[in-house]
Order: sequence, then structure tokens, then C-alpha cells
Amino acid sequence: MERIPILRMGRALLVTIQIDLQDQVALQLQDDLSAQIERTGAKGVLIDISALEIVDSFVGRMLASISGIARVLDATTVVVGMQPAVAITLVELGLSLEGVRTALNVERGMQLLTAGFDADDGIQRDD
Amino acid sequence: MKQDNAVFDQVLKADPEQFLKEWLSEVGRSGNASAGAGATGLADARELLGALAAAVAADADLKNLQDAAWARTRSVLAALSQSRAAQGASAGDTSYFVMALKRPLFIGLDKHLGSDPKAAFDAAWTGTVLIDQLAQFTASTYQRMREDVIARQQQELLELSTPVVKLWDGVLAVPMIGTLDSSRTQLVMETLLTRIVETGSELAIIDITGVPTVDTLVAQHLLKTVTAIRLMGADAIISGIRPQIAQTIVHLGIDLQGITTKASLADALQLAMKKAGYTITRSKA
Repeated sequence: MERIPILRMGRALLVTIQIDLQDQVALQLQDDLSAQIERTGAKGVLIDISALEIVDSFVGRMLASISGIARVLDATTVVVGMQPAVAITLVELGLSLEGVRTALNVERGMQLLTAGFDADDGIQRDD
Repeated sequence: MKQDNAVFDQVLKADPEQFLKEWLSEVGRSGNASAGAGATGLADARELLGALAAAVAADADLKNLQDAAWARTRSVLAALSQSRAAQGASAGDTSYFVMALKRPLFIGLDKHLGSDPKAAFDAAWTGTVLIDQLAQFTASTYQRMREDVIARQQQELLELSTPVVKLWDGVLAVPMIGTLDSSRTQLVMETLLTRIVETGSELAIIDITGVPTVDTLVAQHLLKTVTAIRLMGADAIISGIRPQIAQTIVHLGIDLQGITTKASLADALQLAMKKAGYTITRSKA
């Protein structure tokens, strides 16, 4: 079964979805991601879905639940690069992904996350 | 040649000029000038009569207009109703022009078969059936032409009314004009979202100054658009809400919580600039 790689970038985890999401792969991603957040103590999760062209309600719900899981583990989720067609589909499906933060591209998503880190804690690491 | 066709052939070819004269005077009797349409009326009538005579001589089935022998007659009728529709003649006038054919036809039948009432009656019936079919064909063609025109105009209106303009670096605006229905909203949503991706704009202003009424359905469409914009990672402001519309929104209990609204496009732009970190100063006092 295909697995979606999770990369670590500083205090954030980067997930780039490049394939059409099968339900099993999505569930696997949820498991892997929650394990990784716990293991690395990441404060942010960036999910890049710019290559995703087809979504169904399951994938929409998966994005919302990943964000929910991350929040419980004290990490902020930003979904970036959603295609217009995907956005329209999700809205038509009635999934507005309340509570999920979004950005136009990876760069801006990263800015959003780092701004959040800086505001979050006064403890700065010297690296 | 079939017997009916032989009789009709004689009638149509006996004295074409007299036939045309009687036809057009019958058209004129409707009291509507546009039905006859002067010189074009005569030219149209002559062409139609020619096609009709040719089809009858070719032994066409008089009771079935779909017969291959009627192909030329059908195309003449189609051209006739097309030009009439373009000139703005009514469907009634256009089909009356064809119906008026009955008069000279019956006069001709009377002349040829006057001595035999039974044969005359049969021929008259065949003639009625034929001309009714011709008139019906004309009317339906006419209607189809008008529907084509309407469909084209609707499409043009749809394309015309949804421009996405760039107000500032990273700020897009859509001035919405006219009633918002599902197809309009869909189109606006698609063009706006595509432009957001293309330009990397972080803010879209939807200006509804030109939207006459806002009901629950329109509000729902607006909410959908705003949600889709937010999903893409951009922000939306709705501007141009007139006092009456603000009252309607509140009276209908429409929840616009979580959506930034501004009274005018200028206010919306000001907010957009502020969010982007710009300050506007005036160099002259």
C-alpha cells in the first residue's frame, strides 16, 4: 500500500499529498501523523493538497479530523494550495472545514505557522 | 402522378400571377401591414409558390410534410420564418402569411372541380391538411429561432456580468450585477477562485451594489462563495450592502457571522490595504 511521506521542517511537519487519496491511505496518514506529532513534539502541521484534484466527503472529513487530532496534540494545522474545483466540491458537499486554517501556497502557510509559533511562546531557541 | 397531385398541379400552374395576387390580397385583409411586408411579401410568396408547385409536380405526399420531396419547401419556409423573426414580425403574422394560401387555392379548386362537389370537397380537405402543416411548420421554426436568440442572449449576459478585477496587488474585486441565481454564482465562484490561484491574491472583495434583492437563497450562494474562498486560503469581504438590503438580511434572520461586511467598496479597499500593511498618506494638504 502506498504511504504518504511526512517530512519534518523545524517545528512543523510537512505533508504533501501527490496522489489521489484512497480511504486506506488517508486512514494510514492519520495514524502516521498523530504518531509523528507525538514523537517529534511538532507545533505545526502543513498539508499541501495542490496536486489533489478529486475529493470526496471522506477526504474532506479526513482533513477536518486530522486538524482536530493535531489540535488536541497542541499543533496547528494549515491546509494549503487547494484547487478551485476542490474548494467548490467541498462547499457543495457542505464541508466548510471550520477550524481548519488555510493558505494559498506552502510559503504563506509556513509564514502563518511560524507567526503562530512566535506568538505562542516566549521561549525562543537559539538555532 | 397521384390524382390529388394532378389537380393541385393544375391549380398551381394555371395562372401563377393571379394566384399570387389573390394570396397577397388575402394576407393584406388580416389588417396587419407587417404580415404582407410589401415587396418582400411578393418575393417570399413567389418563392414559396415555386417550391410548392415543384413538390406537387414531383408527386410529393400531400398529407405528409416530412416526405423527402418537400425538402425544398421546408427550407424555403425555414428561411421565411427566420427572416421574419429577425425583422420582429409576430409568430401569428408569420403563420397567417402561410395560411392565407388557402384562399387562392380554394378559388382554383372551385374553378377546376366546381362541377363535382364530392371531388371538390376531397381536394379542399387535402389542401387544408397540407396548408395547416405548412403553417404549423412555419410557426414551430419561428419559435425555435426565437428560443435560440433568447438562449444566446442569456449566455452573453452570463459572461458579460462577471468580471474579476484586480484592485491592488493581492486584492481582487468582483462587482456583481443582477440577480444571483445558482448558475451565476457557480460561474462567479469558478472565475474568482481561478483568478485567486493565478494571481496569488489573499483577499477578494465581492461587491453586491448591483444586486437588486438579497433573499435567503442569494445569501446562501454568497456564503458558499465566501466559504470556498476561505478554503483556498484567501479572505473575502462583502461590500456594497445597501440600507434596505441590510434590513432584509436582519429581518430574514440570515447569519452573516464570520463574514466581513462593509458598506461600500471604498471601505472594503481601505480594510484590504490595512490588512496588507499599507498606510495611505496624502502628500498635499
